Amino acid sequence: MMERVHVLVCAGTGCTSSQSDVIVEKFRSYVRQFDLHEEVKVIKTGCFGLCQKGPIIAIHPDKTFYCHVTPADVEEIVVEHLYKGRPVKRLELSDIDEETKEKVFDIDKIRFYAKQMRIALKNCGVINPEDIDEYIAQDGYMALGKALESMTSQQVIDEIKKSGLRGRGGGGFPTGLKWQFAANQPKGQKYVICNADEGDPGAFMDRSILEGDPHSVLEAMAIAGYAIGANHGYVYIRAEYPIAVQRLETAIEQAKSYGLLGKKILGSKFDFDIEIRLGAGAFVCGEETALIASIEGRRGMPMPKPPFPAISGVWGKPTIINNVETFANVPVILLKGADWFSSIGTEKSKGTKVFALGGKIVNTGLVEIPMGTTLREVIYEIGGGCPGNKNFKAVQTGGPSGGCLTENDLDTPIDFDNLVALGSMMGSGGMIVLDEDNCIVDVARFYMDFIVDESCGKCTPCRVGTKRLLEMLNDVCEGRGTLQTLHDMEDLANKIKDTSLCGLGQTAPNPVLSTLRLFRDEYLAHVVKKKCPSGVCKSLLTYSIITEKCRKCSLCAKQCPTGAISGVPGKEPYVIDASKCIKCGACMTACRFDAVVRV
Amino acid sequence: MKSLSDLQRIRDEAKKRVSMREGNQEYRIVVGMATCGIAAGARPVLTTLVEEAAKNNYPVTVTQTGCIGMCTLEPIVEVFGPQGDKTTYVLVDSRKAVEILEEHIGKGKVKTEYTVGASGVAL
Repeated sequence: MMERVHVLVCAGTGCTSSQSDVIVEKFRSYVRQFDLHEEVKVIKTGCFGLCQKGPIIAIHPDKTFYCHVTPADVEEIVVEHLYKGRPVKRLELSDIDEETKEKVFDIDKIRFYAKQMRIALKNCGVINPEDIDEYIAQDGYMALGKALESMTSQQVIDEIKKSGLRGRGGGGFPTGLKWQFAANQPKGQKYVICNADEGDPGAFMDRSILEGDPHSVLEAMAIAGYAIGANHGYVYIRAEYPIAVQRLETAIEQAKSYGLLGKKILGSKFDFDIEIRLGAGAFVCGEETALIASIEGRRGMPMPKPPFPAISGVWGKPTIINNVETFANVPVILLKGADWFSSIGTEKSKGTKVFALGGKIVNTGLVEIPMGTTLREVIYEIGGGCPGNKNFKAVQTGGPSGGCLTENDLDTPIDFDNLVALGSMMGSGGMIVLDEDNCIVDVARFYMDFIVDESCGKCTPCRVGTKRLLEMLNDVCEGRGTLQTLHDMEDLANKIKDTSLCGLGQTAPNPVLSTLRLFRDEYLAHVVKKKCPSGVCKSLLTYSIITEKCRKCSLCAKQCPTGAISGVPGKEPYVIDASKCIKCGACMTACRFDAVVRV
Repeated sequence: MKSLSDLQRIRDEAKKRVSMREGNQEYRIVVGMATCGIAAGARPVLTTLVEEAAKNNYPVTVTQTGCIGMCTLEPIVEVFGPQGDKTTYVLVDSRKAVEILEEHIGKGKVKTEYTVGASGVAL
């Protein structure tokens, strides 16, 4: 019997953590129970992007999307939808149409998707990443076939150059140019490396591509190998991405069995093999030279450049290193042409960019937008703004190497150069939204804490300097900071920037410098008034009860874990003993009359 | 796999198996699959439509829906054309389903004698 329905269940890391694997099993068993197993196929697929509403399930050809599905909902979906043809409305993904104010279920009318353009993510949520045939059905490996059959290596490089593709891992270096450098080296052993060491806190673009469409990366690596004259590739990926690693292994095995990797690919003279190298999850190993050291089995520490990897990389041989998302763009460029790709985006940044939206945002998830989309569109139209009608404060881009952007920057079109001009950077694509409840000093402290952990220790400014910066930030948060502290921080931050060897150290002070510049008032409030305006830094807070508002109900005293609140029910208003108060805020939550205040 | 044409052959085969995920076919065929439809034999009609459409590469999406409302005339099959025009076929069985595909989708001619208008039921 012919399959008539495909049930696609998201099997990305986010949805898997909310039991999508159990959901798949339940679907399979109910489908069998209702004797539908020959006509209904249940498939695990990659990330749909709307992680906030996961687990997400798509049913085709009906184009029905279900969200927040639990294992308990599966029976109803099978009986009602698959057996009787009645979609389960209560679980359907919907949005409110802005004009008619009516509920819409059509995926193209849902604002989260309407402004997106999927190139790198085009197969995520569409194919089964563990089935090479499904990738081939989407013209997979056709770009490699085209390159081998009808293009010279130089033509491939020229096409990538012409497309304007720039590295998606952070720096934005032109990909074609990088390939050209390596291709220009004398013939001999060369290597292609895929950098999947995604380390920015809150970033999961590369993981999702590898989980949802691993073959696109393998195909692109083979194309790169053909372009520069390499016959061996490494995927350097962190061991803490188990699902991505497993799907990559499956994909490599399938590609080899089809002869799409290995000797004499598609009858040509081109050989190419790919190996996986697992990293232990050190942030610094995302830096090219440290990554190479780690692949070679040495401790992951950066080396001075030049020589650049394109001249002398892994095992001292010419090597190109590209990021996962960069590779994911390559096959499409060869198939649809450089002109098509360069028609998307801004003058100097072509194509799209994937962002991982996180923090104080309604639609946490993965979005892919054409370059030139404004931050406002991403945060408000796609992301749905800050939850609970809180005020937007800033958005942090570029991870620990980037900086903050504020309300004033929201209408800036996103591209590599604009973000740098505003004092942040594109980075790999993490986008953390902060609202009025986030203390900016605390955020800077979070990133510095991360850097202190991740500094490899090779250079003193980074190893010792970031530690001192963190101590100063702690002083500010805990009320010991002075104006001199702020001055010292700025001074030290600039010195670390100027004297570190690698990108990690050179950019480590960025979160501090960027927030000091944009939110100086908030730092001043901490060191001069000894107050935290967002109410985050506990040492600077005091809780008190407004006597006039107190109804003497005793609720606050009952909730207080330290017995710091005293009074007599119905007779004497309650007061907080500041010496016993641990500033947990339980009294404030308990009070029904807004009598407890925090200043 | 030894050549690009091998790859193309695998692609063409694989495409057929996933085409339903693309939606946007020229015609959309909807089969009523509520209790009344299933009792009257809608399931074999549905599977016949799916199989025949795939076998002949007809540009159709076959889906199911709930009760269409005229339970005595089930199984009911609705065909939505490229311009959104709707034809309702009633009392369909597997044989009629094949004919509807051949005539309506294959040749673009409505199979009038199987439509609700020809059923003699006063509406």
